[in-house]
Amino acid sequence: MALPLAKKPFRFFTRLSLTAAAGVRAADLRELLEGIKVVPDSVLYTHTHRFIQQFQFLVPEPANDFAGWAVSALQDELAGERLSAIDTVRYGTIGELRQALTAVLEDHLKARPVPRTAPPGEEFHFQRSIRFSLPTPYEARDLREFHDLLRKVSVASLYLHVFEARLRPPLGVNDFSLWFERDLGEDELADRVAHLDPYSHTHEALKDGILRMVADRLGELDRG
Amino acid sequence: MASLEDYKDFAGADAVDELRLLAQRLRGRTLLHVNSTAVGGGVAEILNRMVPLFNELEMPARWEVMKGGEEFYAATKKFHNALHGDPHGASPRDFQAYEEATDENLKGLALDSDFVFIHDPQPAALVKKRGELKNRWLWRCHIDLSHADPGVWGFLRPYVERYDACVISSPAFAQTLSIPQMLVAPSIDPLSDKNRDLDDAEVRLILERLKIPLDKPLVTQVSRFDRLKDPLGVIRAFRSIQKSVRARLLLVGGSADDDPEGAQVYREALDAAGSDEDILVLSLPPTSHLEINAIQRASAVILQKSLREGFGLTVSEALWKGKPVIAGAVGGIPQQIMHRRSGVLVHSIEGAAYWMRQLLQQPDFARRLGQNGREHVRRNFLLTRHLRDYLLLFLSAENRGSDFIRL
Repeated sequence: MALPLAKKPFRFFTRLSLTAAAGVRAADLRELLEGIKVVPDSVLYTHTHRFIQQFQFLVPEPANDFAGWAVSALQDELAGERLSAIDTVRYGTIGELRQALTAVLEDHLKARPVPRTAPPGEEFHFQRSIRFSLPTPYEARDLREFHDLLRKVSVASLYLHVFEARLRPPLGVNDFSLWFERDLGEDELADRVAHLDPYSHTHEALKDGILRMVADRLGELDRG
Repeated sequence: MASLEDYKDFAGADAVDELRLLAQRLRGRTLLHVNSTAVGGGVAEILNRMVPLFNELEMPARWEVMKGGEEFYAATKKFHNALHGDPHGASPRDFQAYEEATDENLKGLALDSDFVFIHDPQPAALVKKRGELKNRWLWRCHIDLSHADPGVWGFLRPYVERYDACVISSPAFAQTLSIPQMLVAPSIDPLSDKNRDLDDAEVRLILERLKIPLDKPLVTQVSRFDRLKDPLGVIRAFRSIQKSVRARLLLVGGSADDDPEGAQVYREALDAAGSDEDILVLSLPPTSHLEINAIQRASAVILQKSLREGFGLTVSEALWKGKPVIAGAVGGIPQQIMHRRSGVLVHSIEGAAYWMRQLLQQPDFARRLGQNGREHVRRNFLLTRHLRDYLLLFLSAENRGSDFIRL
């Protein structure tokens, strides 16, 4: 059965990144806080978003580089726990994420004004990301094409369209749900995909979850 | 020779497709790699694999080896040690021999490729020529510069700052420089003899040949006999748990014939092992890649209890085989292991002993660490990721100064 064509086709992009030394390092939480306050957005992106991409295959997923360092190098479980609770993709901008990290560290340092120092060689080295946005050859004109192409694209592409999309206007919305709703009129499917919790899945499992939802909808459309 | 298609089984079809997509943006650009040795060492090993893959991606690539006499190699050996922190530095004659060899090579080398990729300090001063050329120059440093001797580094630094970017393996190796310092970790090749799949029968046959019994779980450290790999600390850690576990320790390293200190450390390890039949100390020729592969696959737990380390790629090699790894939290090792998630990081002999016992007694937990470790390596430390980072590096060199590049 022929499916309705989208008002505008969906082009899959992919997000790749290269890291570089930012030239700032920290030996304790106070220096980490000072660093977080001043480094460019591309640095915070590396230790939060890029970190999630790198380690998303672990379940439960580790939260960010800062929390991991607080535990492994400083043996500060409390700081690690509090930093882990900061939910990277719930923040609409890197600026808001920076504020959240700063607030947790400032509060923690009020209670523990003399922070532990990392052993030599285990200091935190800030890194920045150079991000590349690359269009793939994959373009979907209807829901079936979308389903077939989503199977082919990389997890880096999925990350871009599901997680990073939330940092772009319209804020907090993933690209897939936006396309389903705006260009296909598939409001219910858009809503179901928007409510998938990206944190309870590896990226592969998240992809499988979206594929299943789209396949179910295709089944409904086929049955008329 | 392996082609990109061969890597799909390991890295995934999407990762290989991404390489092709990226390379389209660089199609036709020429690339020249220059290092100082055609055989032996990690750089030659990687270039042997990578150059044909760049060609397959339609980036015509060449690889030249810098030539030099005895004096040049003696000087660069001193440079190498000094950059690693040896305080003896180099003499004025060493610097002169280095300059002379550089000028001699400049007469014969065609350096007009679109990207000139220079590996390590030996050919670094070839950048003198770049003023006459309109191409991009990149310097790949495989050495941990964090304790570099100021004399040798002070001599090399003005050359390094003439490059478009320098590439280092770990953020801890970064220096104060006027050029960007890109972070590109090294990689392992899943198709090489050291890492390719082996079946159980093949593994058993190789271990029989090496006279390594398999009647007890093996705890293994693979590394050259060097004090910085702490082989004696490993033996002490193992001895402290021998009463509570049934296992055999194996220390295996390259032949120590050409390294007087290595031979000494090897003898010390043999002495420390004494007549204990559960502690084996084995020296193998440097070409024993298949043997090392089989030993790693036959092991229950793998150690890399380094006190100081460059990147420590043996950790990725062990993780790739799905093994639980206990390693010192030094150099590039924390990039490869997330503590208690994809391996274990330790800081002491006691820590190594504690975790050896834990992993031997909790095989399910050990298996989970190994599985996570293999997946981490699959995503981050295979040759395909290395190739992708280099393609991104070339693209960033063409768009210098920008943190967001639309292709």
